[in-house]
Amino acid sequence: MAEVGAEIERIGPAEVEDVELYHAKSWITKYVFSQDAKVIAIQYSATAIAIGMVALVLSWLMRLQLGFPESFDFIEAQDYYQFITMHGMIMVVYLLTALFLGGFGNYLIPLMVGARDMVFPYVNMLSYWIYLLAVLVLVASFFVPGGPTGAGWTLYPPQAILTGTPGAGAGIVLMLVSLALFIIGFTMGGLNYVTTVLQARTRGMTLMRMPLTVWGIFTATVLALLAFPALFVGAVMMTLDSVLGTSFFMPTIVSQGELLKHDGGSPILFQHLFWFFGHPEVYIVALPAFGIVSDLISVHARRHIFGYRMMVWAIVIIGALSFVVWAHHMYVSGMNPYFGFFFATTTLIIAVPTAIKVYNWTLTLWRANINFTLPMLFALAFIVTFVNGGITGLFLGNVVVDVPLSDTMFVVAHFHMVMGVAPILVIFGAIYHWYPLMTGRMLNEAMGQFHFWVTFLGAYMIFLPIHYLGFLGVPRRYFEMGTTSFIPESAHTLNEFITVVALIVGVAQLVFFYNVVWSMIKGKKAGHNPWKATTLEWQTEEVPPGHGNFGRELPVVYRWAYDYGVPGAEDDFVPQNHPPKRAPARAAE
Amino acid sequence: MAETTLTHTEGTAATRPDGLEGFVSDWSSDQRTFKNVPWGKAMMWIFLLSDTFIFSCFLLSYMTVRMSTTVPWPNASEVFALSFGGEPIPLILIAIMTFILITSSGTMVLAVNYGYRKDRFKTAIFLLITALFGATFVGMQAFEWTKLIVEEGVRPWGNPMGAAQFGSSFFMITGFHGFHVSVGVLFLILIARKVWRGDFDIEKKGFFTSRKGRYEIVETLGLYWHFVDLVWVFIFAFFYLW
Ligand code: HEM
Ligand SMILES: [Cu+2]
Repeated sequence: MAEVGAEIERIGPAEVEDVELYHAKSWITKYVFSQDAKVIAIQYSATAIAIGMVALVLSWLMRLQLGFPESFDFIEAQDYYQFITMHGMIMVVYLLTALFLGGFGNYLIPLMVGARDMVFPYVNMLSYWIYLLAVLVLVASFFVPGGPTGAGWTLYPPQAILTGTPGAGAGIVLMLVSLALFIIGFTMGGLNYVTTVLQARTRGMTLMRMPLTVWGIFTATVLALLAFPALFVGAVMMTLDSVLGTSFFMPTIVSQGELLKHDGGSPILFQHLFWFFGHPEVYIVALPAFGIVSDLISVHARRHIFGYRMMVWAIVIIGALSFVVWAHHMYVSGMNPYFGFFFATTTLIIAVPTAIKVYNWTLTLWRANINFTLPMLFALAFIVTFVNGGITGLFLGNVVVDVPLSDTMFVVAHFHMVMGVAPILVIFGAIYHWYPLMTGRMLNEAMGQFHFWVTFLGAYMIFLPIHYLGFLGVPRRYFEMGTTSFIPESAHTLNEFITVVALIVGVAQLVFFYNVVWSMIKGKKAGHNPWKATTLEWQTEEVPPGHGNFGRELPVVYRWAYDYGVPGAEDDFVPQNHPPKRAPARAAE
Repeated sequence: MAETTLTHTEGTAATRPDGLEGFVSDWSSDQRTFKNVPWGKAMMWIFLLSDTFIFSCFLLSYMTVRMSTTVPWPNASEVFALSFGGEPIPLILIAIMTFILITSSGTMVLAVNYGYRKDRFKTAIFLLITALFGATFVGMQAFEWTKLIVEEGVRPWGNPMGAAQFGSSFFMITGFHGFHVSVGVLFLILIARKVWRGDFDIEKKGFFTSRKGRYEIVETLGLYWHFVDLVWVFIFAFFYLW
């Protein structure tokens, strides 16, 4: 039908012989040291969500302090900085990156491209265990003398390693070591994801027939493989500065009345390294979300995605551009103003492909047969939230507007909308969508509806007012405001309100976890393909898919992933592996 | 126009056009984007791309701190001079090290070549020779480090000759590179052992991976080795010659 539809063609024979998989001999190699991407995916997801809960609890503690300053003795200024730092870093790196790439990537890539597993399952397994080690090192930093680092998730030197900062001794070193481990572990997985997409697709699966989910995760992984090196190098150098007393990032400095031994380093260098990683990181989190949301919308609106090719190119172009915008985080760092001009321009250019994606989602929904299932609700919520966060991004991308807004709560509101709430909504949508595949049962609808409305409306009640606080000039990363003339009393009342909502939203997540456990036992049986999706992961012989994903024969792909609402088709959709009616006989072999 | 044939495990052979058209047809084809490139080799290329970013960041950072420090930079050709019988010869040790590493790339090429001919004996020998060159390189590096630390008093946090960043960058960058060479040497020995035993002739399965062992691995390892060699050329140029 449409552009990349089911043109009748001859599908070539297999170019590579079917791989022999590692067959687990014991319970341990099957479920613990497993080489099956699906088990690794679940291990990754469980670990990411577990450490994410720590970050969630930390956000409550911060909110308690912001809403009711001077009421909690156990939260000192020091603690607050440690909470902020660990909350930010865990959310961005250890939760979102690990969950999207290690979790969804591992589960979906092989299934969606029609492979039996990742290309190197053993390396893939190591990836998880090193990630777990990184998480453990991170957790260990809570228990060392001085506690975890309180340098802010950006870890800027010199303050990150100066004695005045909480966790300046062991805390910061453990954080850096943990990051380095994370990067090594991620690289092992990431190489697998990229190679699997490029070299291990099934017959008929061209790049331009891959579901957008795979495109999003694939491009994000490429970004990660090229962006994490900068963070790795920054981490190594800061560790040396801290442990051996080198001066890569440390200028001549007087700290607490004492002239330190450091001399001649460049703190700005760290900022460049950090943001050369940090900005692509935003897209490492956003691109998988873009991809997944495209598929959710298409499936649950029974309509092909509008402008598939444009969507693919938009992902690729956003990915490429994300490497030339990093210094928009450094407008107030004292960088040369001409740089600011350059980076503001590139930043605004990124808005173009991003806007294309939003238009295409909207056009996909235009006059479609929208089913308000839970995944669809989350997808719609994502679009709204993402547009919201994207628009405030345009404010912050312009130097003159950014300068007064920099380091205010407006920034906090912006990035929570665009890379906090928005991707989390997609993650929930994706879990509601793929849970039936992973467990064979549906999640409970009533609990899901409750969870959705509380989370979505709650997130807005938390973060919309924070924009306003930012405009008032409430600074970011402040333990408490005290009495300041430019901050009206009403801001304090607002802060109390936000805190109450944040606690309610947080507790509402328990309903979701209860649902996940309850439905595993009591949920409605899902059967094959409950959402009537075209993509390969739903066409497996067994549900949930077994070791090796597909049966004796790998599926053969004849069409793109978006044949929904096809007039004349039995079921209003045609799976990717269904041959066209008048296909040559040999193609069906 | 010449046409290259693809290998197939079944069915008829498809043909593939040359040049730009071939490039486009590869990228719009199914199954594999890089035709006839084994998984391991593709993965190594992607890894090396990522590793290039690491080394680039290291070198760029070194250049930045060299500019940010206000203390004069030590003169590399004096620091890295060795004297034989009185006359100091600038950069002599590093010249020999560079020569050894580049030679090792040559022996690696031979190993890969014999690997493709499935010449078990010669492949193993050349792998071992390469490993030996690699080990010599690391050994000389250890000698150079010792000399700098013990005799010249260079420390990561400072040195008598000038900017502290000289020592820190030197130890960090050559250390990271030396680590790459050492890992390479270990794998060379490991693979040489497998070749010697004939594991790849009978496609013996790997202990952990349960994948069939093939001579392709020699080429994949070769890619890594040449990369490490190439990186050295940049370190040599930017650190020792500048
Ligand atoms: C569960 C809902 C969440 C709440 C209530 C929350 C709350 C907060 C608060 C109060 C701060 C400190 C603001 C300040 O004083 O400057 C903060 C910082 C931050 N949050 Fe969240 N957050 C939530 C979810 C997330 C998510 C999902 C992400 C993932 C991207 C995230 C990423 C960050 C980052 C990167 C920082 C900055 C840390 C820093 O300044 O070093 N948060 N959050
Ligand atoms: Cu950015």
